[in-house]
This record gives sequence, C-alpha cells and structure tokens, in this order.
Amino acid sequence: MADPDVILEMRDISKSFPGVKALQHVNFTVKRGEVHAICGENGAGKSTLMKVLSGVWPHGTYEGDIYYNGDLCTFKDIRASEHAGIVIIHQELALIPELSIAENMFIGNENAKSGVIDWVATNNKARELLARVGLREDPETPIKNIGVGKQQLVEIAKALNKDVQLLILDEPTAALNEEDSRHLLDLIRGLRSKGITCVIISHKLNEIEAIANSITIIRDGQTVETLDVDAGGVNEDRIIKGMVGRSLESRFPDHTPKIGEKFFEISGWTVQHPQVPDRLVCKNSSFFVRQGEIVGFAGLMGAGRTELMRSIFGHSYGNFVSGSMVLDGKPVKLDSVSKAIEAGIGYVTEDRKVLGLNLLDSVKTTTVSAELTKIASRLGVVDRHAEFVAAEDYRKQLRTKTPSVEYGVSKLSGGNQQKVVLAKWLFTDPELLILDEPTRGIDVGAKYEIYGIIQRLAESGKGVIVVSSELPELLGLSDRIYTICEGAITGCLDKREANQESLMRLMTTTTAKSA
Amino acid sequence: MDKLKQVFGGDTRQFGMIFALVALILFFQWWTGGLTLKADNVINIFQGNAYILVLAIGMVLVIIAGHIDLSVGSVAAAVGISVAMAIRDWSLPWPVAILFGLGVGALIGAWQGFWVAYVGIPAFIVTLAGMLIFRGLNQYIGKSNTVPVPEGFQKIGAGYLPEVGPNTDYNNLTLLLGFAIVAAIIFGTFRTRRNQAKIGATVEPMLVTLLRLGLISAAILAAMALMASGRPGTSMPLSGIILAVLVIIYGFISTRTVVGRHIYAVGGNRHAAELSGVKTKKIDFLVMMNMSMLAALAGMMFVARSTSSGPFDGVGWELDAIAAVFIGGAAVSGGVGTVVGSMIGGLVMAVLNNGLQLKGIGADMTQIIKGLVLLTAVAFDVFQKSQGRPSLIGRLMRNKPQDVAAPAQTDLGREAPVDQVVRTES
Repeated sequence: MADPDVILEMRDISKSFPGVKALQHVNFTVKRGEVHAICGENGAGKSTLMKVLSGVWPHGTYEGDIYYNGDLCTFKDIRASEHAGIVIIHQELALIPELSIAENMFIGNENAKSGVIDWVATNNKARELLARVGLREDPETPIKNIGVGKQQLVEIAKALNKDVQLLILDEPTAALNEEDSRHLLDLIRGLRSKGITCVIISHKLNEIEAIANSITIIRDGQTVETLDVDAGGVNEDRIIKGMVGRSLESRFPDHTPKIGEKFFEISGWTVQHPQVPDRLVCKNSSFFVRQGEIVGFAGLMGAGRTELMRSIFGHSYGNFVSGSMVLDGKPVKLDSVSKAIEAGIGYVTEDRKVLGLNLLDSVKTTTVSAELTKIASRLGVVDRHAEFVAAEDYRKQLRTKTPSVEYGVSKLSGGNQQKVVLAKWLFTDPELLILDEPTRGIDVGAKYEIYGIIQRLAESGKGVIVVSSELPELLGLSDRIYTICEGAITGCLDKREANQESLMRLMTTTTAKSA
Repeated sequence: MDKLKQVFGGDTRQFGMIFALVALILFFQWWTGGLTLKADNVINIFQGNAYILVLAIGMVLVIIAGHIDLSVGSVAAAVGISVAMAIRDWSLPWPVAILFGLGVGALIGAWQGFWVAYVGIPAFIVTLAGMLIFRGLNQYIGKSNTVPVPEGFQKIGAGYLPEVGPNTDYNNLTLLLGFAIVAAIIFGTFRTRRNQAKIGATVEPMLVTLLRLGLISAAILAAMALMASGRPGTSMPLSGIILAVLVIIYGFISTRTVVGRHIYAVGGNRHAAELSGVKTKKIDFLVMMNMSMLAALAGMMFVARSTSSGPFDGVGWELDAIAAVFIGGAAVSGGVGTVVGSMIGGLVMAVLNNGLQLKGIGADMTQIIKGLVLLTAVAFDVFQKSQGRPSLIGRLMRNKPQDVAAPAQTDLGREAPVDQVVRTES
C-alpha cells in the first residue's frame, strides 16, 4: 500500500450530522507534488472533507481511514495534523487585525525562551518566510494595513514555517481581485515545483483548469469522479457536467404561472462594500419582476446575491452609489427598511437564526413584528386580540407545527421556524417578496410546503424573488432565472432554456453575455 | 396540585419572584421580632427606596435594549442642584421647578442618547463619561454647597396622602386607594378572560384565577391597611404613589405598545430588528433619553426627601438600580427583563438593607451580603441556563406566557447541525 507517489489517501470516509449525511463513502487520493482541486456545488461536502482531514472533526467522529505518507492517521485536533505537515488555510482568514505580520505568523508558535519572545529572531525569520512567498512587507506592519491578497500570502508563509507538506486552500481567491489571484496561483505553482502538495477548493473553474493536475468532483457528499487534467480532455464544460449531474429529484407542487405586467424594475444598481469603498459588491445591475412571476437568482457563494437583495431592501447593506428603482410605474427611493416595507417589499433573510428571528420571541410576537402598526392603535398600543387572531390565522394557513402561538420560536424545528419567518413577511402583505435561501437547512417535507407557499403567493399576483444555491430548486420553482457572478448580473434565462449546465456556465463567467 | 402550581407559576410567573420576596420579608419579620412589618417601617422602606425603584424602571428598559447607564446617580445630582438653585435664585415656583428639572434631564438624556445611538459609542463609555461630567457639573453649579428646597417641593419625596373624612383610626385615602387598585385588578383580569374566550385562546381555569386574585387582593389590602394605620399624618407616601403610577405607565409601554415591542426586539436581535423595519437608532436614543429623565425625577424626589441638594447626592445609585434589574431577571445580553420584575428585585434589595439595618448590622456586612445576593441570584440563573433548563428567574419574570412544560416536543437539536454543515461550505 505504501505507494511512494501517493501522499494522501482518504478511504471510504463517511461523516454524518444528526439528520444529514454530509459525506458518504468518499474516496480521495492525492499524488505527491501535485495540485489537486476539489469541485462541487455549495453544500456538496468539500469543506467537511477537508475538516475531517485536518482534524477539525477528530478521529472517531467519522468513519473510514486516512493514510498519510503511507501511515494510518488518527488526528485528534488541528495541532496533530499540523504537526504531521498538513496545513489548512480557511476562506475566512484566521488573522488578528491589530497584530503585526510577524506576530500573526508566529502566534501559538512563538519564538520564545522561558516565555520571553525574541523579537529579533522572530522578525528575521518572518522576513525570510515572506521572501519565500514573494511578499515585500516589513514584518512589523500591522496585518490590517495590508490587503486581503497579501494577507493570504502571510497565511501561506505561516504554513511554510510549519514545514508544510500538504497545503489545503479553501477558496483562496474568492476575495481577491484578478491580479492578486494571478499572483497567488503563480505562488502555488512555485510551491509545487518545490515539492509541496496542494489541495485547492475553488468555485472558479477557469483557475482550476489553469492550475490543477487532478480534479476530484464531489456531489451530495459522494465522490463522483477524479479527472486527470494532465492527461488532457478536461475543460470547464466537463467539470460542470460532473458537478451538476444530478436529476431534478426534488418534487414541486403543481403550479400554473399567471404572469402579468412588469411592476418592479431596477437599473444601473451599484453598491460599495460597507468597509472597503473601492470594492463594488453590486456592479451596474439591472433586472425586473412581473406580477405573478417567480424570479430566481443563481450565483455561487460570495457572488453578491444577498448583497444585491439587501441593498434593494431599503439600502440595508453597503453604501449605495447609484441606480434607480421603479415600482408600479413610479420611480421610488427606498433608503430605509421601514420605507421598503411600507412600499410593499419584504425580505426573508438567508440566515434565519442570525438575521431573521429574535429567538427570545414567541410565534405570535414574531408573526406581527415586521408591521406592528397594522395591529396597533394610532397611539401605538398593540391590540393583543388582533395579534392573536393574525398569528393563529397564519399558523393555520402555513400549517406551522407549534403547540400554540404563545410558544417560543427557539424551540421549533428549522422548517417551522422558517414558516414563522414567512408568516412575518406575509403579514406585511408585500407586493414583492424576496426570499434568500428559503429552504436552507430544512427537510424535504417542509421544503415542499414552502414551495407551495411561494407558488400560492405568486398565484395571487405578487412578485417573488428566490435566491438559492440549489440549482434544482431554482429550476423547479422559477419562471425566469438571473445569474450573478462577482457582483454583476451575467445573464437571464427563461424557464424553458435554463438547465443546470447553462446556469453554471453563466454563474462562473466573469464577463456578462446574453444567453 | 396542578392548579396550585398554576396559581404560583402557570401564566403569571411574577409569582415565583414575589414568593422569594415574601419569604425574605417573613424571615426578617421573625428575626427582627416583628419590627419589619411595623407601619412606620413599611412606610420608611417605600419612601427610602422609591427613587432607586424609579431608576430601575428606566434601567430595565436600557438593559433590555442591550445597553447600560452608569451616569444615573450623577445625572440625578446635577438635576437636583439645578432645581434647588433655580428655586432659590430665580424664585421659580416649585411645580414649575419640577418641569424645569425634567427638562434638564431630557437635555442630558438627549446628549447621551446622541453619542450612543447616532455616533455609536458604547453606552458603557458614554455614561462613564457622563458619570464624571454630571458629578462635576453638580459641584460646579452648587460650588459644592448644600442648597435647601422649600416645603412644597419636599412633598414629592417626603409627603403623604392627607387625612380626610371621618376618623376611622386609619388613613381613609390610603384605604380607598387600596380598594380602588383591587377593583381595577379584578376588573382587568375578568376582561382579559372574556377576550381570551372570545378569540379562542386558552383560558386558565376559573379556580386558578380566583385563587390568584384572592392572594393579590389580600396582599394589597394588607399592605395598604398597614400603611394607613401609621401615626396620624403619615400614611401612603406620595413618592410611593409616583412610583406606582410610573410602574403602571412603563409596564404598559413595555408590554403593550409598538415602542415597547421594538425595545425588546432591538435587545433580542438587533440585526433581525433592523431588517424588520425597526428604527434601532431611534430606540437607542429614546431609552437613553428616557433613563436620564427618570434619573432627573429620582434626583428631585431624593432632594425633596432630604430637604436639600448636596454635592454627594446619588453616589452609587447606578449600582443599586442595575442590581435591582438583574436580580429581577434581566439578561446582560439584552432582550429579557420586565418592569415589574425589576421592582421586585429592587424591593428584595430594599428589604435586605432595611432588615440588616434594623438588626444593627454594619454597612460593611450589609454590602457583603447584598453583593452575595446579587451574585447568587444571577449565578443561579446562569446555572439553570447552562443545564439546558429554562432560566428560572428569566422564566419567572417573562411577562409572555410560554409553554415550558413541553420543550421536548419539537426536535430542537436536530436542525442546528444541518445549518452548521451548510455553513461550512461557505
């Protein structure tokens, strides 16, 4: 078994969380000295696999065996895997902004004698490591003063210090501009030539095609195939086919769209990142919604879908730069959430526990919380009778499973929590309801019911926008689908012409083209 | 047995905390040989703590919204001296002076609210600064002197309900007030029952309602009769009446109005509140401003009681008020707490203070005991939460009735890891 060409072999790895199988019998083999890419849709299990490898999920919490350099490994934490020379660099960089480059590089691994840090040695060593990654910065510069691209290089330099043999990069270029991305890819090539093996998780297929020697595709927690890029014949189309090869298995309730007039339109919508003014999260976006229409928005993580929707919803994200909005034929300027709600726009947030719910509230108080004035007197006294009636009404309509409307929302299951959030927005009687990942983390049965609620809303003549990472869901639900990549709308497909391949192509295209 | 539980727990969980207060009172009654429940002592407890309880009303709203206010003692002192000087030097009639004092409080509150809400400085820092600024202002305005206030003004801190009507050995107005309160509570309870029945909500058994009403009525009437039986001229203190009115108003605002709901929403989940159209900055501003206005009122009540305003009025009040709020079941992280709970928390501290004083226990031991009580009350709360059980005090104090009997019915643990899995992919 000790094939000297193989640095890592993960055999038959399975990992489940209560209620969901994240990985099922995954096999993954990495050859020594190659760049190996892992591709898959959001939620396919890529990161979970890497967490199993690096000891975030320790030995014993998964099934299967990991062989590293021919030896069976039983990492009990990240330190153990790092000790063996496996270093993972997460998408969210683990750097402390106020500390210097050198301090960050040696954190937890300080160059110290009896607890006293030798700063001269530390900074010298840091300078040497920085030179190896081609970063010319003073090691004493605070980390917050250098850009994200350079921070990524610091992370790699930090890994080099740990005598890394197997470097895992999770979406390393997601937050980088093109120049920084190119530089990073060059660096990875350089590491390869020095014998360091890299595993790279990325959504950017053109980069993967350019750099990887092999590609393993994961779908729904299972390995689909491993492609040998060096042998030729692998291109983006081939990768996409592997990633989405799933059939439309989710079922959808019957629904006949009754599409009316265009009533909502934005054009030239441009928004800056709230902290980084020179980064645009929405670039000159334009789209429209018709009455009774369900419009889907497809895009990979970080493409700017949520940012666009929140910006439309009362400028609740980023710094608005330019753009116009027309609602019912009249130009409107909705620069606060309350104005947006008043104008008839609702927004079901993507992370219901962080952004959507006050977990201290009951079903009843949550249902009415987005439009309290509707059940309050002019002096602002809440009519508890009306509140109860409204909450009961929506509980019955949406078939929310709760012992009573007085019950705390924190104790409901995910699907029922989502129904309560939906009730909260249906209560505001929106003309346009935006749903961001409406079925994330809920089971199939509840999904089916939520699809039904969305369709009924559209049948009553309202406009619905659905943002989702699950392409089958968008294809089954939407009448029309826009694609977003890196903050720009890259295409718009009608239900008839859309399929997973055509969407995935537009979702990974950086330049806009009409389909 | 279940019914009995409902009387004390059931829907209105304030009863559990009241139970602790009653136990404390009975203990001191026994330990002090009956001194605690003497009319004069009860009147004294109310009069001597009314201003702290007024502060606690404002403080609980601040804490529910997720902030804190350390400046209340200094604000009270600054307003106290301003009012005393205004009466003395500008010959302001005392009723006008009260309005003037509230105005100064509002101005100070607007100042602090501005920094917290619109500049985004944590309230801890803003009010720490305020604590220094307004203490200094008090000493600067009054040149560190003590300034007396006229007799009319003293009424709001040291006055009582007057003696009217036939001689009954009791203060008639106090008795009447007691009857009126009991009547209002009974009327309100039955109206709620009727409404609940009309809309098909669950109505508690009649027996439970009657038992609970009986207990409340008996307690209120006993307390009023006790105070009415004091020495002629002393009875229900006016400061107690001011407090009661404020409790009713703020209790109503916090539970029944849009603004109240928004305060809980901001403290419970600021992001969710913002994305539900709540103007979170306005709420922050309002709670901070309201706190300073109530601090102004508390300051004036104290000055009235002690007949003059001095440079060391209000020192340490913020801590008493904050302690009352947390003993009363509020959460440090915000979103949880009730006005009535804070009143009970404040009374626990007051009775403790008073009982130890009656026993002649020194200020040193009193402080140690009060500190330990605060720590124990909150530690118990935290312990309950970490055990996965609903927080006892929080549960007792939640105004919203919640079904705590069947938490296992829906699968709570099942969904969370799924979310986690999805998130790992981002």
